[in-house]
Amino acid sequence: MADKSKQQEKNESLSRRKFLKNSGIAVGGLAVGGALGSLLPFKDKTTNTQVVKNQGASESYNLALMYFTREQFNIVEAATERIFPADDKGPGAKDLGVAYFIDHQLSGDWGFNSREYMQPPFFKGEKVQGYQGRLRRREIFDIGLREFQNHSLTKFKKNFVELSEEEQNDILTDFAEDKINLTTISPSGFFNMLRSSTLEGVYSDPLYSGNRNMEGWKMRNYPGSQMAYTQVIDKEFTVIPPKSLKDHLGH
Amino acid sequence: MAKKLPKVDVVIVGVGWAGGIIAAELTKQGLNCVGLERGIERKTEDYFMVHDELRYALRYDLMQNLSKETITFRGNEKLRALPMRQYGSFLLGEGLGGSGVHWNGQTYRFLPYDFEIRTKTIERYGENKIPKDMTIQDWGITYDELEPYFDKFEKMAGISGEENPLAGKRSSPYPTPPMKTTPALEKFKKAATNLKLHPYNRPSANLSEAYTNPDGVARAACQYCAYCERFGCEYGAKADPVVTVIPVAKKTGKFEIRTHSNVRRVLKSGNKATGVMYVDTTTGEEIEQPADIVVLTSYVFNNVRLLLQSGIGRPYDPVSGTGVIGKNYAYQVQKGNATGFFEKEEFNTYAGAGSLGMVVDDFNGDNFDHSNLNFIHGGSIAISQTGLRPISNNIVPKGTPTWGKEFKANSVKYANRVLSVGGQGASMPFRHHYLDLDPTYKDEFGDPLIRITYDFEEQDRQLAKFLTDRCREIMKEMGANKIDTMQELGPYDITTYQSTHNTGGIIMGADPNTSAVNNFSQMWDAENVFVVGATAFAHNSGYNPTGTVGAFAYRAAEGILSYKQKGGILA
Ligand SMILES: Cc1cc2nc3c(=O)[nH]c(=O)nc-3n(C[C@H](O)[C@H](O)[C@H](O)COP(=O)(O)OP(=O)(O)OC[C@H]3O[C@@H](n4cnc5c(N)ncnc54)[C@H](O)[C@@H]3O)c2cc1C
Ligand code: SF4
Repeated sequence: MADKSKQQEKNESLSRRKFLKNSGIAVGGLAVGGALGSLLPFKDKTTNTQVVKNQGASESYNLALMYFTREQFNIVEAATERIFPADDKGPGAKDLGVAYFIDHQLSGDWGFNSREYMQPPFFKGEKVQGYQGRLRRREIFDIGLREFQNHSLTKFKKNFVELSEEEQNDILTDFAEDKINLTTISPSGFFNMLRSSTLEGVYSDPLYSGNRNMEGWKMRNYPGSQMAYTQVIDKEFTVIPPKSLKDHLGH
Repeated sequence: MAKKLPKVDVVIVGVGWAGGIIAAELTKQGLNCVGLERGIERKTEDYFMVHDELRYALRYDLMQNLSKETITFRGNEKLRALPMRQYGSFLLGEGLGGSGVHWNGQTYRFLPYDFEIRTKTIERYGENKIPKDMTIQDWGITYDELEPYFDKFEKMAGISGEENPLAGKRSSPYPTPPMKTTPALEKFKKAATNLKLHPYNRPSANLSEAYTNPDGVARAACQYCAYCERFGCEYGAKADPVVTVIPVAKKTGKFEIRTHSNVRRVLKSGNKATGVMYVDTTTGEEIEQPADIVVLTSYVFNNVRLLLQSGIGRPYDPVSGTGVIGKNYAYQVQKGNATGFFEKEEFNTYAGAGSLGMVVDDFNGDNFDHSNLNFIHGGSIAISQTGLRPISNNIVPKGTPTWGKEFKANSVKYANRVLSVGGQGASMPFRHHYLDLDPTYKDEFGDPLIRITYDFEEQDRQLAKFLTDRCREIMKEMGANKIDTMQELGPYDITTYQSTHNTGGIIMGADPNTSAVNNFSQMWDAENVFVVGATAFAHNSGYNPTGTVGAFAYRAAEGILSYKQKGGILA
């Protein structure tokens, strides 16, 4: 076990270093701000302090976990990055804090399906009748992430987070296209949930711990939460620097 | 034993658009009304933090909590209905103002053809045009009779619009001018004009300018903030019952609103209602509210459910086609559309308003010849600019994977380069589409859920294809570099949002054998019960419903006032 997680950590920092290199972000530089936080391994105390310093105003105390185990978190971070990868347009899911977003969401109403009808009896229905399972989202995540891991070990003899990007894509594709058989959950159902929550984490208000520094919005010139568009509504395309809900409170 | 309260003139069940209008009109004339609303109180100040796509659009903050009550659904009678466990196809309003709080505000009048659909279809195409199981019937009212009530609703709400050349005659222009036209809307207008169609600005309950209505209610202009449908308006610019009719009713001193009051039964003695029984959801206490007149304005599903539960009216039997409560459930054919990708242009589509759009009615109702077509009616076709919020709008050209590198690149690239033209198709009733009580699933009190038995028919598939083709033609003329369209309508699927335009179940008509209410929304079988809402629609038109719901509510209010004086069946 210990060996495994060590190996895992090593791999993570490797892939992170690789990302930093690919995306042209200099580790020592000040420019990256909050984006850097999620790129560095948890346990590396020295770099963590450095991050906090570098972050300045965007220092964030909510980059901690409410639901996931460390291992689950790492899988989610890697998997969502494959769904929404960093590229020359901007950061990917990992950098945007999507795994934190999902963790925080699972800890509340959404994770418990608490505003949804969960009364028995449970019958298998037609596809057009929608989700009919008894499992709640946090349970589905527990099972789904474990099955990511199992499938990775079966297919590539490695943990999911240790796989190459191509191999990770391969695993995700097997889930997305129901190429594996599970008795507990629908593989594509879980994949779709992961995909939609990735997009939620990329583009929801930074209030929810994703879309870090509004980088998700900036990438597509989305102005976020503005009070009014009367000045531009009948004009040609206009880029407006984004605002978040925080701005409405006058901070 | 339920606690019994003193009797009032009128008890109103559900305080959304229909309930709010009834309350305002009756209290202005001196009637004492109690409004029972099961949700919470709402006010404009609640929307300070409303520009939050996750909370409102995806987690449905303003909608009915499905853990307490939902509906069940099946495609046909041979299947087992299962609960709608999560939202999808439509959203249910809850709280003061109902869905009126988080609607778009697209405010149409149904066409003259709609109200006399059976007669007019037979007149033009012969009886054989109507498939055997299609249960269309005339509504027992004409457009001309309803016109003054449309006018009243539009003036109360301050609807912004311009004359639609293909609609019924108007007694007066819209109270406020149309909303602004955007470059995207201009493109649609030009293309439609080139194609010899008749574009007009969509009639909108998002005010184009500041407006004071005949009741003296003043509201500000819309700011095109793009957080409109599924959200409340932080400016009061969107007409919603909480900023229009409800304060008018309150001001009379004759309207008492009780929130957290969930009505479970209409109580009756003989052929008349005596009041309602409800639960105060903060205490769990059962309370009886006696009243001379009971008005149900609790939206389609609960209007039908309450009557069936209370044993009022004759339940519909799909086998014999007899009975009326639950009959002619209809919906909307929403998927005929075209999405255009523009390589050379970007648009301010992050901005918008719930009703901002440009429409053509050339293929709606019977505005075109159906002789060689395998369907009747049609749909409005429109471009909408409601604001493309980023979680829900990641539109990529067909063939792009749904995740990964290419998906990201394309979803970002096209974020501001996509325009859509969509059809809103009418929905015809069929003998085997209906609402009844589910035999298995229960709500939080142990009462049965309402069950929907419904699927798309050949009529709908043909209509969707037809609308898709028309949308594609317009999009092509608009100059899109690539156009994607619907391929097949497929079966009705409750998991994807289409529209909250559920209709029927307590339909209006001239004949007590085939309809449940007369054209004052008064029940044939219980003269002091009025059921107001889209439940009265004998079919659904190619438009959003609320303009017509509003008109019916104003007419019902008139009916209730004269019933209060004279008694008896009004029509
Ligand atoms: C997102 C969205 C967008 C829409 N956009 C448009 C549009 O652009 N144009 C248009 O024409 N229409 C639109 N609609 C539809 C429109 O909102 C409805 O047609 C309209 O609100 C119906 O009014 P109503 O009064 O009949 O019902 P509601 O507004 O639904 O009000 C019913 C009320 O009754 C209460 N209630 C229900 N059961 C009980 C009970 N047992 N006891 C006590 N209270 C009860 C509910 O809590 C609710 O407040 C939209 C709907 C949605 C959800
Ligand atoms: S778009 Fe206009 S009407 Fe709609 S919520 Fe925003 S300001 Fe209000």
